[in-house]
Amino acid sequence: MAATARDLSNAPSVITLRGVNKWFGQFHVLSDINLDVKEGEKIVVCGPSGSGKSTLIRCINRLEEHQAGDLVVHGVPLTNDVKNIEMIRREVGMVFQSFNLFPHLTILDNLTLAPIWVKKMPKKDAEEIAMNLLKRVRIPEQALKYPGQLSGGQQQRVAIARALCMRPKIMLFDEPTSALDPEMVKEVLDVMVELAREGMTMLVVTHEMGFARAVADRVIFMDRGEIVEQNEPEEFFANPRNERTKLFLGQILRHG
Amino acid sequence: MTDMPVGERKQLAPPVDDSGPFGWARKHLFSSWGNAITTVVLIVAMAWILSWFLEWAVFTANFTASTGSECRGGGACWALIREKWRLIFFGTFPFDQQWRPFFAVVIMLAMLVTTSDRRMWKPWRLLAIWSIGSFFTFLLMFGQLHIPLSLFLAIALAIGGVGMGFRKGIAQAGEMNLYRALAAVGLAGLVLLVVGVLPNWKLPIAPFSYVETGLWGGIPVTLILATYGLLFAFPYGILLALGRRSNLPLIKGLCVGFIELIRGVPLISLLIMASVMLPLFLPTGVTFDKFLRAQVAVILFAGAYIAEIIRGGLQSLPKGQFEAADAMGLNYVQKTALIILPQALRVVIPPLINTFIGFFKDTSLVLIIGIFDFLNTANQALVDPAWAGYPGEVYLFAAFVYFCFCYSMSRYSKYLEVELNKGTRR
Repeated sequence: MAATARDLSNAPSVITLRGVNKWFGQFHVLSDINLDVKEGEKIVVCGPSGSGKSTLIRCINRLEEHQAGDLVVHGVPLTNDVKNIEMIRREVGMVFQSFNLFPHLTILDNLTLAPIWVKKMPKKDAEEIAMNLLKRVRIPEQALKYPGQLSGGQQQRVAIARALCMRPKIMLFDEPTSALDPEMVKEVLDVMVELAREGMTMLVVTHEMGFARAVADRVIFMDRGEIVEQNEPEEFFANPRNERTKLFLGQILRHG
Repeated sequence: MTDMPVGERKQLAPPVDDSGPFGWARKHLFSSWGNAITTVVLIVAMAWILSWFLEWAVFTANFTASTGSECRGGGACWALIREKWRLIFFGTFPFDQQWRPFFAVVIMLAMLVTTSDRRMWKPWRLLAIWSIGSFFTFLLMFGQLHIPLSLFLAIALAIGGVGMGFRKGIAQAGEMNLYRALAAVGLAGLVLLVVGVLPNWKLPIAPFSYVETGLWGGIPVTLILATYGLLFAFPYGILLALGRRSNLPLIKGLCVGFIELIRGVPLISLLIMASVMLPLFLPTGVTFDKFLRAQVAVILFAGAYIAEIIRGGLQSLPKGQFEAADAMGLNYVQKTALIILPQALRVVIPPLINTFIGFFKDTSLVLIIGIFDFLNTANQALVDPAWAGYPGEVYLFAAFVYFCFCYSMSRYSKYLEVELNKGTRR
């Protein structure tokens, strides 16, 4: 089941972090993060709560602002320049833990909003793309309903389709299955696995270790704002080197 | 039922309440001795009050008397309303011209009713309804309008500007050029007008005799002050609320300062300031219409209150909604207009309509600067010595008219809540 790690050494870097630091008040939430994400690479980020893993991926599309270091996405340096931020956000899709669908819009309108307003796409084209994506996440029949009428798993699949509607080159997932009832986790993971197989560049914060084994090229373990250890999934789970990694894996895999 | 094997049980309907009206009454009105006594006492009391009121207002009432003294001794003197209703409704508007405020009121009510229909909530439709409707309302009220060139230029500039901003990247090149041309003509014209190259030409439209605002009164005054007050205060309040949450300290400070200042003073003092103090600051010769000053005071005052209500709605939205909009690449205006405001306004409909109802009634305070709204023209009807001594009838009548307006607003708020939450309820 494990994806044998593909050779990504020749692929270009699409996200580069060099000495990225961030503080929440006095709390040093990201300390000296260095990371290169290759095109098509799938990275799973795990770690105990408060370790900075969500903050890390939220810095990549500027939902959080890093305070020191360089962050380059698709050749565009992330600065205070609004033009750059908007350019990056167009290329980077994001899926949240709590779905964050817009409750006052239908599923279809949720999907077509950004293509129509950000990409200035004609409404008809946007709806066609949206319907194709809804078919891909297997809920085209819900297109005219409102988010509140869907189950959690369906909502999260809509959220994935909504992000894909902008045809992003990179997808960020911030604990996409943590808010779901257990029986709905699989339907969301299935969609994500499919997306991974199609070659999307993905950064996924999750505790679903089965998912990490199945699709990740690299697993990153973070603790106290640092990248403590990173490796191919097989090696990462079989031979964790750092004590903190061992402790964490022992805690989450005890019942698995 | 229960002996069916698990997995084959049918979904059962809930038990039906088939107890009928007697069962209902027993359950809700006579469930215990205490409740039964309360029910009986209240019914008797209500019947007694109602019979007394009907006796006074209907059975012994006088509908036909021609002077106040003929009414003496009987019940309610509705003849007074019959005699004075035109004064109460239209104030001192020239008597033979009172069909004009009547139709102005009809147009305003029609605008309000059509606007209340959700299908009309398209920017262009609303703009068309309100600009055409307002034009005829004020044409009827004033009798003559002189539309200055600057208004046409400003409209051209606004259409051009809005078109250039919102249709960028969507519209064809020809359409964009039209917007650019409109904006350029509007801007150039306004500049030339200000420096005095262009004459301040006015388009006269004068089908009727001119009636100045000092003669206006009654229902049209109340409706104009409340409708246009809230119409302008609403977007203004939204801007204030957004400004108060701004990251830019200067904008935030200005908005907070304005809101707190306005909320800290009574409406009366603001009205007095607008009517007495403002002219002192203006250069001699420059005057603003008294009515317009009152209208502006109402807008400023209502805007501050509406801003605080809307701020509550903005704060009730989860952070995730802002983040999702950001992550999609929507800019601030798109995020606010498409995601944030539609949800925030929905939450605040009840307090918003509550404020609207309050301001509809508060417009009566304009009496303080000598403007006669509906309540004040009703008061005028009491002044006539021939009809002295029947304030109850007049106030009851005025209260009834106010109630009709306010109750419709309250019902509309209920309808709107249900309508807007259709399908979105969790």
